[in-house]
Amino acid sequence: MTKDKDRVLNIILVTPSILAVLIFVYGFIAWSVRVSLSKWKGLNPDYTWNSINNYIDLFKDPRFAVDVKNTLIFTGVFVIGSLLLGFLLAVMLDQGLRGEGFFRSLFLFPMAISYIVTGVVWRWLMNPAMGSRMSGFNLLFTNLGLDSLVNAWHTTPQWGMAAIALAAIWQMSGYTMALYLAGLRAIPQELKEAARIDGASEAQIYRHIMIPMLAPVTLSALIILGHMSLKVFDLIVAIAGKQLQLDVPAIYMWQATFDGLFYGRGAAIGIILLLSVAILIIPYIRYTLRTETQQ
Amino acid sequence: MNKKLFYLLSALMIVSIALASCSPAATEAPPAATEAPATEAPATEAPAAADEVEVFSWWTGGGEAAGLEAMITVFNGTDPNIEFLNAAVAGGAGTNARAVLATRLQAGDPPDSWQGHAGQELIGTYVAAGQIEPLNDLYESEGWLDVMPETLIPLISQDGNIYSVPVNIHRANVLWYNPGLLEANGVAVPTTMDEWFAAMDTLQAAGVQPLALGEQWTKMHLFETVLLGTLGPDAYNGLWDGSTDWGSPEVKTALENYAKVLSYANSDSASLTWQDASQLVVNGEAAFNVMGDWAAGYFIELGKTANTDYGWAATPGANGVFQFLSDSFVLAVGAPHHDAALEWLKVAGSKEGQEAFNPVKGSICARTDCDKSLFGEYLQSAMDDWSSNTVVGSLTHGVVANDSWKTEIDTALGLFLASGDVDAFQSALVAACASSGPCK
Repeated sequence: MTKDKDRVLNIILVTPSILAVLIFVYGFIAWSVRVSLSKWKGLNPDYTWNSINNYIDLFKDPRFAVDVKNTLIFTGVFVIGSLLLGFLLAVMLDQGLRGEGFFRSLFLFPMAISYIVTGVVWRWLMNPAMGSRMSGFNLLFTNLGLDSLVNAWHTTPQWGMAAIALAAIWQMSGYTMALYLAGLRAIPQELKEAARIDGASEAQIYRHIMIPMLAPVTLSALIILGHMSLKVFDLIVAIAGKQLQLDVPAIYMWQATFDGLFYGRGAAIGIILLLSVAILIIPYIRYTLRTETQQ
Repeated sequence: MNKKLFYLLSALMIVSIALASCSPAATEAPPAATEAPATEAPATEAPAAADEVEVFSWWTGGGEAAGLEAMITVFNGTDPNIEFLNAAVAGGAGTNARAVLATRLQAGDPPDSWQGHAGQELIGTYVAAGQIEPLNDLYESEGWLDVMPETLIPLISQDGNIYSVPVNIHRANVLWYNPGLLEANGVAVPTTMDEWFAAMDTLQAAGVQPLALGEQWTKMHLFETVLLGTLGPDAYNGLWDGSTDWGSPEVKTALENYAKVLSYANSDSASLTWQDASQLVVNGEAAFNVMGDWAAGYFIELGKTANTDYGWAATPGANGVFQFLSDSFVLAVGAPHHDAALEWLKVAGSKEGQEAFNPVKGSICARTDCDKSLFGEYLQSAMDDWSSNTVVGSLTHGVVANDSWKTEIDTALGLFLASGDVDAFQSALVAACASSGPCK
């Protein structure tokens, strides 16, 4: 009797949020798909059927090619950099050094800062001005006598995105460290001790025991970082403004839709972004759900 | 008991949220066509708020916001019975405001009047969507046709209908220079593209940075002045109405000139704002900078003196041509307070309104009869040019091309900045005109 009553109440209480998600998430995804298949250009909605022409045009669009290239560079540098640096920091903290709690917070702290703040600070640090107006890292390198390291940072042709990724690595490697640290702590000490008794060196222990046992953590980190890098927008705008050299799909989507009123094209870019993120996320969600139910 | 109370409270909250989210829709219901004051539900308000006008802009800071406040004061003096609702949206030099405005218009909830760059930015977007009303009657009754330059009117009209009231004028084609640097190197102020190249060669040979340049939009700004300087005002105007062929050899010459001008610029341009770039000139770190005349206000803010720290001229090849941009106000189709909005527009176009706004904003009046003594040294010279020069419109600042076209040109320009390929740039410009401009 009371159980039934509770169930009814539970359903009633959950319904509003389910409805809201249905309308504001899935409803609008469906609407965006419809817009992306329309000829809508200009302020007034125009749902004239355009088949998949917006998508075809995008794949022929030289700007979108730049976006894809930039996203690949950013993702590659950012994900690999964060994983390596995060792993390294975690291993160092795992050695049981004094003041571990302090360093853990220290490395995690950048994550609490918004991308905009990171962007503004790194914009100053990576100032590409030369000669008398030199500042930031370039000035530091010159004063240290490391002139060969002075470079144009994000204004470097072709590879400017890698410089933006540096700022993102700074921000997110602490998070990767936290993931790895939790993973390292979950590995039973007995395994390491058994390996030591069998005569394995420390390097061998990491190579053959720790790293394989951290594989699920690496996968989680890879997916979280990967989908973040596909959606990167604010960091780039804060560092470089809207310049085509550092264009990514999210910026193109914004400019096409709100500056150029190409709603159809903007929606198509949005859907491509959604699909590329979904390719990463959906298998991951299925995997975690399955392992959770197994437990 | 406690549990019951908790459920009751939750239920109450859900209901009240639902009600709250419904209420704006309910008040929105009276259709726009009805008389504005009558539909205002609570008529019990004090008579001072009997009517109101909602004006939307992105003027939220600096001289712009102060200028708007000054104009509102004039408005409150002439129309004390109309309450002024300042619906300004901050951020992104208007980008955010325009996104908000687009959303409101699509939802059928227009503000009575809003700010926009005069010309195609308004016409191509809002006239095409049937969202702003022609103002010819207002121009007639207020006598504005006699006090605004004749060449201005076609640039803010479509099919003979005038669509906005310009409150200020800025000049885009200004060449700022450092008089000391030019003198030290024996360089005269250039008046043609060739003289400019020669001057920059001399400066470069002397180890002086010839040209200061900033981020991408300032490069588009430079681009439009080079187009104007190479093609001349008639062919330049023709680019925007379809009578000049974007694929022509003349345009190609202009693009090559542009590529050449870029080669004199600072290498870190992509990381500089327009302020950073203009500042290089007054600090003696670069000789030339092409920027709109808002730079004059910035130089004064920096404590620099006209004609000693900075000088100005029309951009090379465009003497006697005034490439303008203007902020203007429109009348929404179905404005909830139509008559009050007209009163506001009358103030925006009036001598008093413009004299209140412009000295504070650092721009000149769209009217040619403003009192010169209110303005600074640069602005006085701009006022002379405004009333005597040929007027053409700016691309970067929304006069000559609609938003879609401008975005396509911006993309083509950005790709060109990365590749340096003039032919690809030209064919992209031809394609942009065909897809979003008047070219067929």
